[in-house]
Amino acid sequence: MVEFGGWDMPVQYPAGTVEEHLRTRNHSGLFDVSHMGEIDVRGPDAIHFVNRLTSNDVTKLTDGQAQYSALTTPSGTVVDDLLVYRLAPDHLLLVVNAGTTDKDWNWISSHHEGENVELRNASSEYCQLAVQGPDALSILRKLTDLPLGDIKYYHFTNGTVDSIASIVSRTGYTGEDGFEIYATPDQAERLWNKLLDAGNFGSETGVLPCGLAARNTLRLEAGMSLYEHEIDETTTLIEANLGWICKLDKGEFIGREALTKQKESGPTKRLVGFEVVERGIARDGQDVVINDQPVGRVTSGSPAPYLKKNIGFAYVPTDFAVIGNEIQIDVRGRLVKAQIVKTPFYRRAK
Amino acid sequence: MANVPEDLHYSKDHEWVRVEGDQAIIGITDYAQDSLGDVVYVELPKPGDEFATNESFGSVESVKAVSEVFTPVPGEVVLINETLADEPEKVNTDPYGAGWMIRVRMSNPGAVDSLLTAAEYEDFTKAEKE
Repeated sequence: MVEFGGWDMPVQYPAGTVEEHLRTRNHSGLFDVSHMGEIDVRGPDAIHFVNRLTSNDVTKLTDGQAQYSALTTPSGTVVDDLLVYRLAPDHLLLVVNAGTTDKDWNWISSHHEGENVELRNASSEYCQLAVQGPDALSILRKLTDLPLGDIKYYHFTNGTVDSIASIVSRTGYTGEDGFEIYATPDQAERLWNKLLDAGNFGSETGVLPCGLAARNTLRLEAGMSLYEHEIDETTTLIEANLGWICKLDKGEFIGREALTKQKESGPTKRLVGFEVVERGIARDGQDVVINDQPVGRVTSGSPAPYLKKNIGFAYVPTDFAVIGNEIQIDVRGRLVKAQIVKTPFYRRAK
Repeated sequence: MANVPEDLHYSKDHEWVRVEGDQAIIGITDYAQDSLGDVVYVELPKPGDEFATNESFGSVESVKAVSEVFTPVPGEVVLINETLADEPEKVNTDPYGAGWMIRVRMSNPGAVDSLLTAAEYEDFTKAEKE
């Protein structure tokens, strides 16, 4: 167990990270992600308010739809990345990172000026369990009458899972199909056990509980950012290749001006994916070396259990951020060759 | 319960030592491999490299973490386990056998006496767990 954003969480369950990772890719994995924070925004100005604080376009959401977005600073850097759920035209739910929940709450409540919204830090009102992988749908189907197959990616519905009132969302952080289920914390243990049973936990192809380490390697293979690694208050969305969640034409939002300028002039550094081509494993925080000069830093580096490669993300000067380029990583004093590659590293077969 | 063979010597850094004449075979313990998780990469020195006592001679990496490994006894490396380059998982599956790491010619065979016995190591890991 490790401390993570104020929560005690397992790094891995007894099967171990590699098996947890592979089982999720090939069958299914179950994740207790109740540590994630929830901020409830209600009132006639809910959409307008959140649209002013986040980079993606909240007005494009319909009821039952979710959106990946970011809370941005005036300089276009990232307070946090989040999911915005539209429960009703006057009711949004923001799902934020555990370690940043208090910071986000302070940020959001301090920017609420004259808008008719009611804000609530609802983090303690929800547990969240994620069932992910190609078998996720058939597992969850055993526990609910909801038309799961009709829930599109990044959509959700309210209903019951084994008679437990839930929000069932077709989202995830693994690169697989799957669902994230929100319910009240008192139901967490029962829901967890029901999902294990429905997923034939214990059999060779059954669902496996997955810890933080597998959650990290799965999201890394899938090319997804992790807060305080690829993104933070020193990196902009453009630099982090998250231009796709910057809707610069949607109207005023915090950071819009800076992001618009940077998009025009081009950033000086850029996030790239790389694959280590010599023996060695790049790790978070190691230097990227080009022509004997340290020019950037690895934000996430790890073995990729499904791809069986050693991969990572790093910031490099924009001029070097070209697919196919060779860089070196300073692995504890030894320079190891790596190649810039396209991300995501892994994309599931549809 | 971790396996702790009687006939080996142990360090507080969780290496084991098997003495054969003036040579010592070194690896990491069952307890160590279990706490590390799946070993995916092992970095070893070259034959001819010399190490003092408690010097880092390489590293063992799991998906999540890197751990250095230290020489419990001083000496010159005469052989390394090259199969670990392609089969690092041997460290997990057979830590005292196929998962051995290096063989050194001890410059001071007496150094073995300051290592832990199997019983002492077992007590040490129990205390560490608590």
